[in-house]
Amino acid sequence: MTEKTVSEIVERCQALYDDLNFTSAREWKAAVPGRKVISYMPVYVPRELIHAAGMLPLGIMGGGDNLEVIHGDAYYQSYICRIPRSTIELGVSGRVDFVDGMLFPSICDVIRNLSGMWKMLFPDVYSKYFDVPQTYKDEVGGVFYTGEMREFLEDLERIGGRKITDDDINASIAVYNENRKVMNELYALRAAEPWKAPASEAYLVMRAGLVLPVEEHTQLVRDYIAAASAATDRPMKDNSRVVLTGMFCEQPPLNLIKSLELSGCYIVEDDFVLVSRWLIGDVPTTGDPVHNLSQAFLHSSMSTAAKYEPNQEEKGQFLVRAVRDTGAEGVIFASTSFCDPALLDRPILQNVLKRADIPFIAFKYAENSGQMQPIREQAGTFVDSIKLWSAA
Amino acid sequence: MRPSVVTAKAEDVLKDASMIKQKEMMAKHYERLSSAPETGAKVASTFVPGNLNELIMCFDLVNNLPEVNAIQSGLRKQSGSYIMEAERAGHSEDVCTYVKSDIGMMMKGNIGPNGKKLPDPDVLLLSYTGCFTFLKWFELLREQYKCPTIFLQTPYMADGKVTPNMVQYMVKQFKETVIPTLEEVSGVKFDIDRLREYLKKSAQAEDDLVYILETGKNKPSPIDAYFGGIYYIGPIFGAFRGTDDAIDYYKFLREEVDQRLLKGLGPVTPDGPMAEEKYRLVVEGPPNYTSFRQFWKMFYEEGATVVASSYTKVGGTYDYGFRHDPDRPLESLAEYCLGVYTNRSLPMRIDMLSDYINEYEADGLLINSIKSCNSFSAGQLLIMREVEKRTGKPAAFIETDLVDPRYFSAANVKNRLESYFQMVEQKRSGKGAAA
Ligand code: SF4
Ligand code: SF4
Repeated sequence: MTEKTVSEIVERCQALYDDLNFTSAREWKAAVPGRKVISYMPVYVPRELIHAAGMLPLGIMGGGDNLEVIHGDAYYQSYICRIPRSTIELGVSGRVDFVDGMLFPSICDVIRNLSGMWKMLFPDVYSKYFDVPQTYKDEVGGVFYTGEMREFLEDLERIGGRKITDDDINASIAVYNENRKVMNELYALRAAEPWKAPASEAYLVMRAGLVLPVEEHTQLVRDYIAAASAATDRPMKDNSRVVLTGMFCEQPPLNLIKSLELSGCYIVEDDFVLVSRWLIGDVPTTGDPVHNLSQAFLHSSMSTAAKYEPNQEEKGQFLVRAVRDTGAEGVIFASTSFCDPALLDRPILQNVLKRADIPFIAFKYAENSGQMQPIREQAGTFVDSIKLWSAA
Repeated sequence: MRPSVVTAKAEDVLKDASMIKQKEMMAKHYERLSSAPETGAKVASTFVPGNLNELIMCFDLVNNLPEVNAIQSGLRKQSGSYIMEAERAGHSEDVCTYVKSDIGMMMKGNIGPNGKKLPDPDVLLLSYTGCFTFLKWFELLREQYKCPTIFLQTPYMADGKVTPNMVQYMVKQFKETVIPTLEEVSGVKFDIDRLREYLKKSAQAEDDLVYILETGKNKPSPIDAYFGGIYYIGPIFGAFRGTDDAIDYYKFLREEVDQRLLKGLGPVTPDGPMAEEKYRLVVEGPPNYTSFRQFWKMFYEEGATVVASSYTKVGGTYDYGFRHDPDRPLESLAEYCLGVYTNRSLPMRIDMLSDYINEYEADGLLINSIKSCNSFSAGQLLIMREVEKRTGKPAAFIETDLVDPRYFSAANVKNRLESYFQMVEQKRSGKGAAA
């Protein structure tokens, strides 16, 4: 096997990222008769179950800055974030006409209502609002969640026309454990040597995982890690290490990530594309898989604004730990305009950071933000102030 | 607890008995709240949609509703400065203005509508039915008050049905978290018979409420089911469901409405009885509170009566048959939470609004889209088009905010309304379809 270079891999990921017709998923589906594709929006759905049904889970993260929103704007007033309108655009323009189902994870009221809009607009396509527990006791939230997952499995069995066994699911869990492991390795590499695996690249590599079969993606991440670690032409710069947070749903334009890097930030942790890293650690691959997935969700999963934190002491500590673990020097809150969960969470998190003596800045963006200059200046000033502090 | 002293009698002041009664009830309630530090009463803050008033009363807790406080601040024109205060403290201009009004009020000393300080809550009962904002709102309050916070999740009715898994989940939450924590906070042991008793009373008042709301089907309608409706729903959505006060209130109201019905009168407005009913509307979305009177006036001056609204269903969809049921106390509370308007899927909302237009023989649908409320607003343009398509009646869209005066443009709203009424006229005379 010939080794791939960083630029070859990133180019491929960029092509997948740019392709709003989801050609690779279309090809996957067309390759074998009877194949099905189930798509989902950010933040988290148990892709293992879709995989176990022999279907392709396809992540849809809005339209980005290359999609011209023509129809979508007729569905939303100006004061609602961009992702639902560009997702509608993808739908009504036929770009996702090959998918057999669409999942709307429970993140906020906008997605909640979008799930109903989708049902109205595409009545013949399976669509499901995927509710998750916000209470974390096994006997309460756990039982509810396993119930929801079992209902979903029944739907998948109906769509796929075949039974899904525990063995199928356990095998899929193993495949996703592997994928998460390599994603975590990628993040570890970036935290240790961010100049070798810049965030703008890591992001593209991650995004590829939303459209490719998971096995293929795992290999791609491995290839990237190998190529990036070996790269000798990427010198370390005098950048500051920051954690980026608030981007769990509507995705930033790629240029925004690049701009932050250009302004002197090494992004060493972030909440992009959380579905790929949501569960922390391996999920057991023996026993009752639905129970195991539920346990992982309840007791070892990422923390975002979309989740309720029952313990006041714990609130925000996920972020503080991310800062400590990656040796970051500050936090950048980047929230989508009009994003209630991110924007309401922000003041609480900022207070936690203040108490922990961690510097931060905050700005808003939209998936189609074009003007990067103000963000670059703000981030540049932030980086300078961090340096001043650490020099003092 | 809760002695009921009725000083106004229906026969004395026929037209105003219910109003006086409600005023008394509210005054008493706020008094009970503000005197809690002296009386030792414990306070539970909770939300309106999916509130558990009957359960809260089982623990002798007084109910404080931050949304109602925000509405009161809006009506008293104080919310603007509260919102600014919260924004100065780092809250985004983009988020729900109820939250900022509440937080700003807290920052400025938490003075309630009776001019007295509202007590700090002993417990935050996060009954998460209306929207995700609730969840963050109470995380924000918990940070300040450092009191126990109980979380009750209501699964979203996305597929238009309540599944056994949903009900069981909620009942389990009641048994394992909500009730034990309320016992702990209050020091009162839970008594299910007491709950049954309150539920029975709730159902009684609910019957009358439905009767009143459905009088909107008459021509002319004796009630305005949006602006007037706000007053009608106050007791049942707030701190009074399950009390004798609420039963009395709705009894009075029913008598008043019946009187108007007999006389063929329209609704009572702030400027007196409404003259002629020219337009019958169904309204979707919350009202604006900072310019409430002005907003209402734009309707009654044109002879427009709101015969049904979705907002009067945020605290329960009783007209769809739900009643609190003493025989299935916890299941019934769960089903109540699951069924409130804000927990209903978009297709269900469309069905409801279309039904209202047909059943109440309305001329069309008006949507008041609230800038800072995604729960209601995201998707309303589709609702509008779909209802128009199904009913063949014209729909119109206006944009305001709940309690942020910066987003109420009287001239714009008035313009929109005027052209809407013209559209209705045209439609009636068959001169052209809705634009
Ligand atoms: S960006 Fe925020 S408000 Fe918009 S859909 Fe996502 S979570 Fe909801
Ligand atoms: S977002 Fe809407 S439903 Fe939620 S608290 Fe605010 S006004 Fe109420």
